[in-house]
Amino acid sequence: MGIAVEVADLYKSYGSVRAVDGVSFTVEEGEIFGMVGPNGAGKTTTIECVEGLRRPDRGTVRVLGLDPQRDGYELRRRIGVQLQQTALHPRLKVWEALDLFGSFYPRRVDGNSLLEQLGLADKRNAPFDKLSGGQKQRLFIALALINDPELVFLDELTTGLDPQARRAMWDLVRDVRNQGKTVFLTTHYMEEAERLCDRVAIIDHGKIVALDTPENLIRSLGAEQRVVFSADKRLDMGMLRQAPGVTRVERVGERVVVYGKGEGLVSGVIGLLERAEVPFRDLRTEQPSLEDVFLALTGREMRE
Amino acid sequence: MRGLLKLTLTQMKLYLREPVATFFTIFFAPLMLLLFGAIYGNEPSPLFGGRGSMDVSVPSYIGLIIVTVGLIGLPIGTASAREHGVLRRFRATPLHPLAYIVSDIINYLLMTVLGVLLLFLTGKLVFNVRFEGHLLSVLGGFLLGTLAFFALGYLVAGLAPTARTAQTVGMVLAYPMMFLSGATIPWEILPKGIKAFAQYIPLTYVVRLMRGLWFGDAWSQYGTEVAALVGCLLVGGIVAAWTFRWE
Ligand SMILES: Nc1ncnc2c1ncn2[C@@H]1O[C@H](COP(=O)(O)OP(=O)(O)OP(=O)(O)O)[C@@H](O)[C@H]1O
Ligand SMILES: [Mg+2]
Repeated sequence: MGIAVEVADLYKSYGSVRAVDGVSFTVEEGEIFGMVGPNGAGKTTTIECVEGLRRPDRGTVRVLGLDPQRDGYELRRRIGVQLQQTALHPRLKVWEALDLFGSFYPRRVDGNSLLEQLGLADKRNAPFDKLSGGQKQRLFIALALINDPELVFLDELTTGLDPQARRAMWDLVRDVRNQGKTVFLTTHYMEEAERLCDRVAIIDHGKIVALDTPENLIRSLGAEQRVVFSADKRLDMGMLRQAPGVTRVERVGERVVVYGKGEGLVSGVIGLLERAEVPFRDLRTEQPSLEDVFLALTGREMRE
Repeated sequence: MRGLLKLTLTQMKLYLREPVATFFTIFFAPLMLLLFGAIYGNEPSPLFGGRGSMDVSVPSYIGLIIVTVGLIGLPIGTASAREHGVLRRFRATPLHPLAYIVSDIINYLLMTVLGVLLLFLTGKLVFNVRFEGHLLSVLGGFLLGTLAFFALGYLVAGLAPTARTAQTVGMVLAYPMMFLSGATIPWEILPKGIKAFAQYIPLTYVVRLMRGLWFGDAWSQYGTEVAALVGCLLVGGIVAAWTFRWE
């Protein structure tokens, strides 16, 4: 597999704000690469430096073997771009937008089947300002795919979409990747990064704090899984520690959290509770997730 | 090239979908002509050197259309497309930035031409107004005046931080010009004191040049007007190119 994007020592400041503070990474051909981080972390600045829309203060960027600043024209024919901040003329109709943007490229795909795929077919004749936020978002994704690009940039792919549309969008992105294209996306949903991306860069304050596959990131944390349930106050906490793999037990009021590792944890805990005939409710398990990775690396919750 | 053509056609469609812009660009001047024609008629008058009021109004109103498009429509359109992030989306495509500007200019130019055509047709059909000039010569003067005002319009858009400011500045510049340049109120009836000042207004040069060429005068009689408009075009164009922003 070749390299689609190569970024080395990228710096970009706005006045005294250091938006991107020494970032290096590569995106491999054919992968879904995600950049995840909180608001203001520097995701948009990074991705737009890669697209050639912003000029880095320092550092090198190569995209499909090209320099985005010098060979921007050639590059923009081969990439598809969905911007976080953009709009179309309020009275431009959906089909006109696809027709117009398609005309800028030597190679393009059928606009109608794109609309079909994105669930916008019945909005063909709707003007831009009559679309809902999610529909606008889907139109911009259609525009990013109109030229059959080798590499697609999606900045805040699913912001403003409802959960159902979000899942549909994930399927679409996987489809795009399965056609052999490379996807570089940003998101501030850890769950999205975890479920969609082949590799994830976690960015905070303009720096990449971790970069790996979601599984490796979670594993490297050595984080525990949790069994959470509510039980009567008389429950003997010491008894729970006998379940296999338990590392610690916490309780706040009626809520009990058992931390531990290994296969037998859940069944062990349930077995003990049943044998002791302790009534319990709302039992669920929580796997360690990228949220935990972020928390561990930055000492902060991803969202307040 | 295909993109440039498609973009220009799309921009024109979009322009005509804006009722307010369409009204002021295309229908306002002909309606003014009908209104004042109903009041004053088109009898030959010594005030206009033996021509009728409508005869001189048609070339003068061309100035009205030019200033409306150049200093109101164009700065608002440009600054709001920039502010809403419409221009950014084009920048992410292989469309050449120059192609965008060219298509923008062609669009505004054709809209202005449409307004002028309807104005002339109204004058011709309703008042049988006179045209005594050479088509190419009038076309040349029209192009010079229009492009000079477009340059000023892009300059306003480039210097204004927001679309709202661009709109305000454009209107503050445009409205006095409309009334003091002879574009609406005939130059012949403006008070002397106002004329002394109004002769330096850019739109005055457009109106004088258009009226002169319309009735067959030679370009050589309008050295000052041509020099002033070329100056606006160059200074406006250079500063506009300097201050143009995509976001
Ligand atoms: N054009 C700009 N001018 C000035 N400051 C900017 C500009 N763009 C971004 N910034 C600042 O740079 C920092 C990084 O912004 P950026 O948009 O790259 O973050 P982000 O990770 O994309 O955030 P979000 O999740 O909110 O989209 C922020 O502090 C932001 O305020
Ligand atoms: Mg962003």
